[in-house]
Amino acid sequence: MKELKIFNSYKDAVKDLKNGISIMIGGFGGEGGQPTNLMLALRNSNIKKLTLIGNVAGISMTTGYGWTNKKEAIDQSIFFKNKQVRKIICSFPIPAKQKPISEIEKAWKNKETIVEVIPQGTLAEKIRAGGSGIPAFYTKTGLGTIVEKNKEKKIINGKKYLLEHALQADVALIKAEIADEFGNLIYKGTSRAFNPIMAMAAKLTIVEVEKIIPSQEIDPERIGTPGIYVNRLVCVKKTI
Amino acid sequence: MNYPKKLTKEDIAYRASIELPKNSYVNLGIGLPSLCAKYIDKKRNIRFQAENGVIGFSELADQRTLDPNLMDAGGQFLSRVPGLAFFDSAESFDMIRGGHIDISVLGGLQVSNKGDLANWMIESRGIGSIGGAMDLVAGAKQVIITMEHVTKNNEFKILEKCNYPLTGKKCVNKIVTDIAVMDVIKQGLLLREIAPGWNYEMIQSLTGAKLIKNKDIKIYKVRRS
Repeated sequence: MKELKIFNSYKDAVKDLKNGISIMIGGFGGEGGQPTNLMLALRNSNIKKLTLIGNVAGISMTTGYGWTNKKEAIDQSIFFKNKQVRKIICSFPIPAKQKPISEIEKAWKNKETIVEVIPQGTLAEKIRAGGSGIPAFYTKTGLGTIVEKNKEKKIINGKKYLLEHALQADVALIKAEIADEFGNLIYKGTSRAFNPIMAMAAKLTIVEVEKIIPSQEIDPERIGTPGIYVNRLVCVKKTI
Repeated sequence: MNYPKKLTKEDIAYRASIELPKNSYVNLGIGLPSLCAKYIDKKRNIRFQAENGVIGFSELADQRTLDPNLMDAGGQFLSRVPGLAFFDSAESFDMIRGGHIDISVLGGLQVSNKGDLANWMIESRGIGSIGGAMDLVAGAKQVIITMEHVTKNNEFKILEKCNYPLTGKKCVNKIVTDIAVMDVIKQGLLLREIAPGWNYEMIQSLTGAKLIKNKDIKIYKVRRS
């Protein structure tokens, strides 16, 4: 059994996280769907030797990617700058433009961080599998590329596939628009991205929401993530 | 050799947009491919899909009405138009990997005459972003590459063998560049269209693989503006 905890401070919601854990960070890249306040709290917590998992590794602070006010952009760069990351598993670490050089590329060049780049669909499926009790799956994505290196291959119905393993994490930091007191979540527009699957794949799922409303007022047909996957809700603006 | 003027990125995007069939579901890559959206006639009912979890848009938003929760995978903002559907990353790639997307339009660093594509890492940089490209070339029914024919230093981008890390093998169906349109066929690269003022020899001299002449090579369809 687990109890849903509701916090009104981002700092309190992450203060018991320990050095060396793995953390999934939701969203896609850009402002929508990114748990920006939880990320800032994680940076301020100063815990180190983290393994981060997410689509991007910090492409907005140099390019403004996905931010309505490009000057306000915050992304994973804050963790690399603060030397908190041992390894990052992602699909889109760097923008095509080489300058200005992003924090992740600096950290990679200085050998402070290991970067594992995998196809975005494979990343999503590895996370979904991780949350669904599926240990591994076959896919044709990455065949004939460096992605297939050291991976088992199998012919199924005359076609070749790669074996990819599931991915789980100690913690997921995710972002939703609305929650109720059971942790049921509603997302807005294109901001689901990696959030729902990461909520399923972590031992401890911490959710940053814009508001918490009573369950009588939430439409169960619009729930994007059922509360069973949620451990902590953080809402600073408004609670019940 | 003195070469005539090359076409623009907009011309490439326009030419690629003509290839998108009526009622098709299309994923446009970041950068040059995303420009295709500008040239789609609404009557053709082409619906775009973006990896971050949206399908059903046909154009980009007026970039003054910005909603952070309405974005495409290139980081451009969209309008809340009728017919949109939202979903998460797993379902987005179910669409792509499950073979439901009709056409993927991507950029390219190098393409081989066998249809191999390299578009995610410049070898000397040592780090690159795969994003959705490997899934798209493995899953979409057709792949169109839009790119400049040669690099800024006039190095070949169309080769017998790519030397940058591959995105996929034997996955490209068509290449649209700033001087030519080519199909990848069993025998190699079939030259179908050439830009106004160019000839076969000129294009061959900027191509690192043998070009097969189509029976009737047409003039590249350039947008009228």
